[in-house]
Amino acid sequence: MIAGAPAPESAARVPDGLAARMRWAVADTATLTTRNLIGYVRVPEALFFSSVQPIMFVLLFRYVFGGAIHPPHGSYVNFLIPGIFVQTVAFGSVATSIGLAEDLHKGIVERFRALPMARSAVLAGRTIADLVRNLFVAALITGIGYAVGFRVQTSAAAFLAGIAIIVVFAYALSWGFAFVGLSAPNSETAQVMAFPLLFPLTFASAAFVPVQTMPSWLQGFATHQPVSVVVNTARALMLGGPTSTLVWQSLAWTAGIVVVLAPLAVRRYRRTA
Amino acid sequence: MPSAIEVSGLVKRFPRGVLALDGVSFDVERGTVFGLLGPNGAGKTTVVRILTTILRPDEGGAKVLGRDVVREPELVRSLFGLAGQYAAVDENLTGRENLRMVGRLNHLPRPVVATRSKELLDQFELTDAADRTLKTYSGGMRRRLDLAAALVARPEVLFLDEPTTGLDPPARIGLWGVIEGLVETGTTVLLTTQYLEEADRLASRVAVVDHGRVIAEGTPAALKADLGATVLEVGLSDADTAARAAQLLESVSAKRPRVLGNDVELPADGGAAVATDALRALDRAGIVPLRFSLREPSLDDVFLTLTGHAAEERTAASSAPSSAPSSTARERS
Repeated sequence: MIAGAPAPESAARVPDGLAARMRWAVADTATLTTRNLIGYVRVPEALFFSSVQPIMFVLLFRYVFGGAIHPPHGSYVNFLIPGIFVQTVAFGSVATSIGLAEDLHKGIVERFRALPMARSAVLAGRTIADLVRNLFVAALITGIGYAVGFRVQTSAAAFLAGIAIIVVFAYALSWGFAFVGLSAPNSETAQVMAFPLLFPLTFASAAFVPVQTMPSWLQGFATHQPVSVVVNTARALMLGGPTSTLVWQSLAWTAGIVVVLAPLAVRRYRRTA
Repeated sequence: MPSAIEVSGLVKRFPRGVLALDGVSFDVERGTVFGLLGPNGAGKTTVVRILTTILRPDEGGAKVLGRDVVREPELVRSLFGLAGQYAAVDENLTGRENLRMVGRLNHLPRPVVATRSKELLDQFELTDAADRTLKTYSGGMRRRLDLAAALVARPEVLFLDEPTTGLDPPARIGLWGVIEGLVETGTTVLLTTQYLEEADRLASRVAVVDHGRVIAEGTPAALKADLGATVLEVGLSDADTAARAAQLLESVSAKRPRVLGNDVELPADGGAAVATDALRALDRAGIVPLRFSLREPSLDDVFLTLTGHAAEERTAASSAPSSAPSSTARERS
């Protein structure tokens, strides 16, 4: 038959009932997650953010700055790696901003809006792709960490719990940076908007140095801001120490970020027609 | 049989009081190509975005295959394909991956998506490039893939928003051939374009849009006969000679000549016959033209006849009503 000819399957198709609607949403989210992951692998900048950059940071802090930094307990490399985990996934969430801004301004989102697909899939597919990427990044850093002398002091289960806390926190951040990306006029600006947010969060934090070494006016922020809380939680889980209060604080930050920023991102997405 | 697309009284206001559509109505018969012709910012893209459920109209309504775009947007989205000037394809994916993604998002079964993608890649001569990422594609190839993506689900209605804008002439002519092929299969096409030539070649009916209103509608032949006849262009040595020549040429054609600097333009329904008469008249007066040519009517000629201003000089013509938006960036703000 002729390729362009209308065929019976072009008859109106809408999901019939809630179950069908859910199946569509899941299928569409999976389709877009795959598409976004392919993008992350094929775009050199994205690949750099999630592979070369964490290696550089590990080497930089382990061998260049590390000798000058003395954590209160244990070796610096053990202190450092939990911080690197959080810093890398936080930096990685910039990719959410850039990716969404790009889709929006290159007309891809417009095409998605004109397809009979679940509307939630655009944001869900983006944030879930980030989640998958962060799991890959976590595995990569674990490997590099072990190569430069990092050793888990607790148990494999506690280590994995630490990774879970970090990845879930990163998923929350993705929603925040999705909001940034949807608000930016283009992908370059999205990147420029994201970094001033990320820098204080990752560097004025417990990620690389003990907070006690900072000036007192900075310590308050550096101790209680979400990146530090999550870093300290991961440290406690991987290296030992009291964990329950920190775990609850981390989960509270994570939930808080999602509750506030996910609706903002969704609203922004709906409005940017 | 009801129309494939029914548009009635569409009004759309954008922020800051910009009136993008000011009561647009038209009907598109099944299996035909309908052209929306107008300059940048006339409101063409806004009409397409409303019909494709991307935008909601402030007033008026529209139906695609009898389904209301405002009340049943989900259903409507399963009925049409959309391709356009922005070639909304994913640069990081290959041609085949792009088509598969759109097929999956249309909820076609996997085997159908695979065979359909292959079929379309063949049809659009993209098979050799099928497994390369779009970064390696030319502008014309991207547009062809964009069009292929719009056809994955075999829609009965196809929206083409300026499908050839920005393409070089060979790519444009190639795409025209593809669109003509589609029409033969019975697909209903709504096409927006800035090019009279494109509307003339592809569309069986045309609506001319300006300032968010339909200012003329008909078959391309009828519109051309009414609005933009063939134009005789005469280039002269100076403005005085041009004025004299214009006077002489008044008796040659039914329409009035106009002077543009050192040139005279004369709408010439009679084509070559008018040219012969014009040349004789000038010769008798001892005027030797520097240039002397017949050209097909352009969108500018149509606009000049309909509105008294050229398509591109809209903001300069400040006599426009205050409700009329400035012509820039109004369709996609």
